[in-house]
Amino acid sequence: MNESLFINIIIGISIASTPLIFAAIGELLVERSGVLNLGVEGMMIVGALLGFVVQFHTGNPFLAVFAALLGGMAISSIFAFLTQFLLTNQVATGLALTLFGLGFSAFAGRGYTEETIVLIKAIHIPVLSDIPFIGPLVFSMNPLVYLAFFMVYLVWWFLFKTKQGLILRSIGDNHDAAHAIGHNVVRYRFMAILFGGAMAGVGGAFLSLVQVPIWGEDMTAGRGWIALGLVVFASWLPFRIILGAILFGGITVLQLHAQGFDIRISAQYLSMLPYLATILILVSLRIRLKNKTNRTVPNCLGRIFHSTS
Amino acid sequence: MNYQLEVSNVTKSYGDLKANDNVSLNIKDSSIHALLGENGAGKSTLVKIIYGSLMPDSGEMKWGGNSYSPKNPFEARENGIAMVFQHFSLFESLTVEENIILGLDGVGLNQNFTDEILKYSKQYGLDVNPQQVVGDLSVGARQRVEIIRCLLQNPKLLIMDEPTSVLTPQEVSDLFVTLKKLANDGCSILYISHKLEEVREICSEATILRGGQLVQSCVPQDHSQKELAEMMIGKKLTELARSKINIGSEIFSINNLSEKSDDLYGVDLENINLTIRQGSIVGIAGVAGNGQDELMELLIGEKSSSDGVLKFNDRDIGSLGSHERRQLSMFFIPEERLGHGAVPDMSLDENMLLSRPESSGMTSNGVIDWISVASYSEKVINEYNVQTPSSKMLAKSLSGGNLQKFMVGRELIRNPELLIVSQPTWGVDAGSANNIHQSLISLADAGSAILIISQDLDEILSLCEQIHVLSEGRLSDSVDMKNNGLEKISQLMVGGES
Repeated sequence: MNESLFINIIIGISIASTPLIFAAIGELLVERSGVLNLGVEGMMIVGALLGFVVQFHTGNPFLAVFAALLGGMAISSIFAFLTQFLLTNQVATGLALTLFGLGFSAFAGRGYTEETIVLIKAIHIPVLSDIPFIGPLVFSMNPLVYLAFFMVYLVWWFLFKTKQGLILRSIGDNHDAAHAIGHNVVRYRFMAILFGGAMAGVGGAFLSLVQVPIWGEDMTAGRGWIALGLVVFASWLPFRIILGAILFGGITVLQLHAQGFDIRISAQYLSMLPYLATILILVSLRIRLKNKTNRTVPNCLGRIFHSTS
Repeated sequence: MNYQLEVSNVTKSYGDLKANDNVSLNIKDSSIHALLGENGAGKSTLVKIIYGSLMPDSGEMKWGGNSYSPKNPFEARENGIAMVFQHFSLFESLTVEENIILGLDGVGLNQNFTDEILKYSKQYGLDVNPQQVVGDLSVGARQRVEIIRCLLQNPKLLIMDEPTSVLTPQEVSDLFVTLKKLANDGCSILYISHKLEEVREICSEATILRGGQLVQSCVPQDHSQKELAEMMIGKKLTELARSKINIGSEIFSINNLSEKSDDLYGVDLENINLTIRQGSIVGIAGVAGNGQDELMELLIGEKSSSDGVLKFNDRDIGSLGSHERRQLSMFFIPEERLGHGAVPDMSLDENMLLSRPESSGMTSNGVIDWISVASYSEKVINEYNVQTPSSKMLAKSLSGGNLQKFMVGRELIRNPELLIVSQPTWGVDAGSANNIHQSLISLADAGSAILIISQDLDEILSLCEQIHVLSEGRLSDSVDMKNNGLEKISQLMVGGES
């Protein structure tokens, strides 16, 4: 394998895995607070549409990403309101959010399916980016790729190095106890859900602002579900999200290159690979953890919190 | 005399129910003050008001002489009030240190608390390892963590909610040493309990509540245990006594039972032997987590055991499920009331039906006869004095004590030949516990055999003729109570040889 092909594959993988990293790291924080939001797919697609629309009208990538972030937050706030104040079932509400997001974006995006936009370009730092091999790999990525990695670090730092992070984890572990010592369970969860929405929104926008310059219905194509699987795969540990996302991104890229190398497998089989891999990894993880208590699983995940006093 | 906390005429209602009706309570400086009452007497409500989790409808409080009305627990803690909860207060997946930091306001993660924790640990004899994950700790160790968490706030008042309900006798006496030391150092303690002998041992004053109202404040040493209990329940206690002990032939035996636990943190049972005769009450004492759950699983039939290990009336029952065992007249009351003994989200009627075999007359051709089911539930509700508006109420809506009475009744109306019961009165107040004990005794008097697995040593001592101790998965021989029996039991409970 020659050098440029290798570099292309690495860049390809980074592009394929970044949306997963964004969505999964957001969901990880949400789940650490004890909330299961199955609406990731819906929040991503809304982010993808808003990012695209704002980029199309303003041509300002900052505004576009910011709009996607706000869009994801806005739609997640519906989920947060329903589950935290009206105490609805989280699974049903999350599924509804996904269906709502998909339907809403298809409807609102009708006028944009024929349009194209200017993609957000990878950065180029003089000198550094020109270093052979290292330059393209380390200093010439898309700015959002760096942001994704930074968010993973930020979430790790928040969860394990700050008091608020400790409180959030404690709420996910035992919300009754956290409430008893005076922490505001609903407020922490509400904030976590909004953060999850924001990250899913940006992850979705990455698809329409970096991967392809077009908007299409259902363009998230199940990435939200993969992100949910990734959180479990990562055992709720932030840095493992990167590992998992690269694995899944890698399979996607492999699928593309396999086609390029004229390997005679139907494209459909290759498209199945990431999803098959999700199932296999989840199953193998379960087998590996059998008979072991996993201390990183939030004990209150998906449970409704009734304040009793 | 100075009062650290004065509570005057506090009232708190929930709809029509007055949880606290004009209650007053005064706690002196550096004293250990008991708060006594049955379940539902209003103890928790009063404590929540003091700790700021609830706001009273009327009444006032003074803290160190100044007006005090906390809006939330943070405010209470700022004033120097700390609380050790009975349930729900530690985070199992976090370390001891993280748990302690969570309970402290204005402390970040960057501060290193290890030394501070160890300092208190030494000073008050509270042995803990700051880096251990709480999920791995024993109940006693968890309580020590909670106490240290409170002490780090330098409290002037420490509230303890039924602290000894899960401790070994040794742990209880260690705790009392700690509490006395704390009171000497100027920290008042509000001690909530219904264990009257403890209250008489360490508390200098007691406030007794009943039905939300203040019954009396008194010096506990001036009254006998029985008098205190009667003040709590408002009526006379029945004396517990077997009318006739009529031990018959062997009905149930466990022979060389060894079983590896499936659970990583479970206890392996090793070579357990036990014989139970008709008309006898056999007790298994021991601290929780020494194999009780594992043993109960096998006895109930949730897990099958190998041939010849469990024998009931000379029949091998190791491979039978719990339903089949019930059909042979073995009945069970597991420890966990909600989720194990009863389905929380189902009515009492439904729960009644669920533990019944098809032949009980509650169904015909597979169709449920609700009228017949209800008549059985009503019978239990009346005979066992279960406080509930109707048998249609959900199991989870009953208080723990009431549900326990229902579950005991549900099994007892079948007149079991053998009843196996785990923690019959856990979390049940004195009056109800007395009722339950009385029913168990009547059952044994009538010739049935009973096996009681309990952490409550007093319960075992007052009911059982034959006492064994379960420790680290091993069951002791029957303890001879005549020669220093109590001392022997204590030694066995902590794993010592006797």
